[in-house]
Amino acid sequence: MSTIVETHDDHGHHGPAKGLTRWLFTTNHKDIGTLYLWFSFLMLFVGGAMAMVIRAELFEPGLQIVQPEFFNQMTTNHGLVMVFGVIMPAFVGLANWMIPMQIGSPDMALPRLNNLSFWLLPMAFTMLVSTLFMDAGGPNFGWTFYAPLSTTYAPDTVTLFIFSVHVLGVSSILGSINIITTILNMRAPGMTLMKMPLFVWSWLITAYLLIAVMPVLAGTVTMMLMDIHFGTSFFNAAGGGDPVLFQHIFWFFGHPEVYIMILPAFGIVSHVIETFSRKPIFGYSSMVYAMTSIAILSFVVWAHHMFTTGMPLAGELFFMYSTMLIAIPTGVKVFNWVATMFKGSISFETPMLFAIAFVALFTIGGFSGLMLAIAPADFQYHDTYFVVAHFHYVLVPGSLFGVIAGVYYWIPKWTGNMYDETLGKLHFWLSFISVNLTFFPMHFVGLAGMPRRYPDYALQFADFNAMVSVGAFIFGFTQLLLLFIVIKAIRTGKKASHEVWEDTKDWGLEWTLESPPPYHTFTVQPEVK
Amino acid sequence: MIKETKKTIRNLALTVAGMLAFSFLLVPIYDVFCEITGLNGKIEGPSVFSSKDIEEGKREMLIQFVTHNNEYMPWTFKSEISQLKITTGVQQRVMFVFENKSSEDMVGQVIPSVSPGRGAEYFHKTECFCFEQQKLLAGERLELPVVFIVDPNIPLDIGSLSLGYTLFDITDQLPNNQIAAL
Repeated sequence: MSTIVETHDDHGHHGPAKGLTRWLFTTNHKDIGTLYLWFSFLMLFVGGAMAMVIRAELFEPGLQIVQPEFFNQMTTNHGLVMVFGVIMPAFVGLANWMIPMQIGSPDMALPRLNNLSFWLLPMAFTMLVSTLFMDAGGPNFGWTFYAPLSTTYAPDTVTLFIFSVHVLGVSSILGSINIITTILNMRAPGMTLMKMPLFVWSWLITAYLLIAVMPVLAGTVTMMLMDIHFGTSFFNAAGGGDPVLFQHIFWFFGHPEVYIMILPAFGIVSHVIETFSRKPIFGYSSMVYAMTSIAILSFVVWAHHMFTTGMPLAGELFFMYSTMLIAIPTGVKVFNWVATMFKGSISFETPMLFAIAFVALFTIGGFSGLMLAIAPADFQYHDTYFVVAHFHYVLVPGSLFGVIAGVYYWIPKWTGNMYDETLGKLHFWLSFISVNLTFFPMHFVGLAGMPRRYPDYALQFADFNAMVSVGAFIFGFTQLLLLFIVIKAIRTGKKASHEVWEDTKDWGLEWTLESPPPYHTFTVQPEVK
Repeated sequence: MIKETKKTIRNLALTVAGMLAFSFLLVPIYDVFCEITGLNGKIEGPSVFSSKDIEEGKREMLIQFVTHNNEYMPWTFKSEISQLKITTGVQQRVMFVFENKSSEDMVGQVIPSVSPGRGAEYFHKTECFCFEQQKLLAGERLELPVVFIVDPNIPLDIGSLSLGYTLFDITDQLPNNQIAAL
């Protein structure tokens, strides 16, 4: 009798549902991870298209293609889409796929909440992007939406922008609660905190950061909403408020946010480097402590974004030194990655190429960050293309390369098929060359004084800007190659082995599963020794 | 659901609620912080500081007056003189001129700021139009005084102070009956 019941169960529960409802109602962590990743990929092309408009306009001095009003909408929405629509969902997608598989749990702790937190995202972005097609035009006040530009002088669509930020915030908070609960309560027996894979650690810390700062962002936009519609004066000096207060609250959220966008990449890169160096990561516990101290320090450095707002000398010194202090744990991490590669038997598959590029180029972005941290010098760099160069170096060859390395590294596991290695290498080299061509010359024009956010510029910056635009177009179109590679891997790729890479048994529980893993994994938790 | 999981979720939800409350709490914290440190050149007033209290450490200083209108505020707003040599500890009086050049009755509010910010706490105003909302009928002209004393204890490296005034149009922010009462 009991055997009959069990066979019946096999038919009813083991496979995914068919058709569209599978994706609408799914509570499976792998399905939701896939949804997040595809959503992020789609938004990469949306935000990328906006970047292409920006670079086309800046290809030569003067106004050629778009009007300044539309240019402002493009820079604003490019930033918002890339931050909230690409990097963050991509990391959440990877977390959904990998965390349960890496800690040996059957699924996320709160699967239905997981479904909700994904489906809030397309809602929020439909709302945000739809403003571009309205008469008033989309948000045009920069992704940092400083008041009073985003309150007194904002287009009417700012209200839709505020609600979309609310929805994004709810989505992130629910996602983080889910991730923390999963990591703390659902690890395989024997997996102590200090035995967790580094990607899991990086996400545990990131999720705590999100829990701490997303409510502050929600508070900020709520204050804006009240200033605009309910006659309060949080940021309005006439009523006793203060626009500088906006910047303090925004950056109290904003600085931890930039670490939210890099920490998971640290985790991914650590796994990729240890796998392809065939050596366990050097200094595991120092990696954990470094990430923790970066996260803690991120709460006391926010005003380095505001040196030019006028601050007492003591304030400038405090924020300058605390910012520089972050270079120490970050340096520990870079040292450990290099030390892991040192004397390893390295092979250069595509994920490893992206990971090495990450280490090198992220470090460049880190160093320009140190330059910006010097308060007296910041008055020269502030709001120039030097800043643009800095944060694109940490976000594109930093965060985005981290995501791409993770996708190449785990896609054979997810789909059961290898990607095309030749095309992968082509994708890497085109991306690597064009990303530097795009962002490196920005340092020079920035130091020479070219301000950010303008659709036009002085003649002497013309040559470098033409180079930057060419690099940006190559980089943009190269990402279509990534789309092709992913689709090709899913549809016609060579079968991948269960180990996928050499001797991966040592690198984590996910490699003990089949490729592709069954719809439900680790229904019986493995014992970790 | 397991007990542990419930506990984790409850704690995390409480943290979220706490951080949301904290974001609003940052507003008063910021105000208090600015008052203590003189950040942003915020000055509270009116002050009860009296020139009789002071005998020692008097010196000469330069006070500059800067006025400007916010946004599209149509009033004329100027100080009688652009700068004044003063002796610290001695009460001074400077007149400012307001003129509503529009054809409507309006209410304005002046927000002061002292620069450098460190000097703000030594700048005492005993009388100032900035403590009140000003109502001017269409075409009306008005002269109003600022009475101030600079504390002689002001650090020696501050050789001059700038007193900046920004005039805001707050007509739309007040209910009609309140405007009539002014």
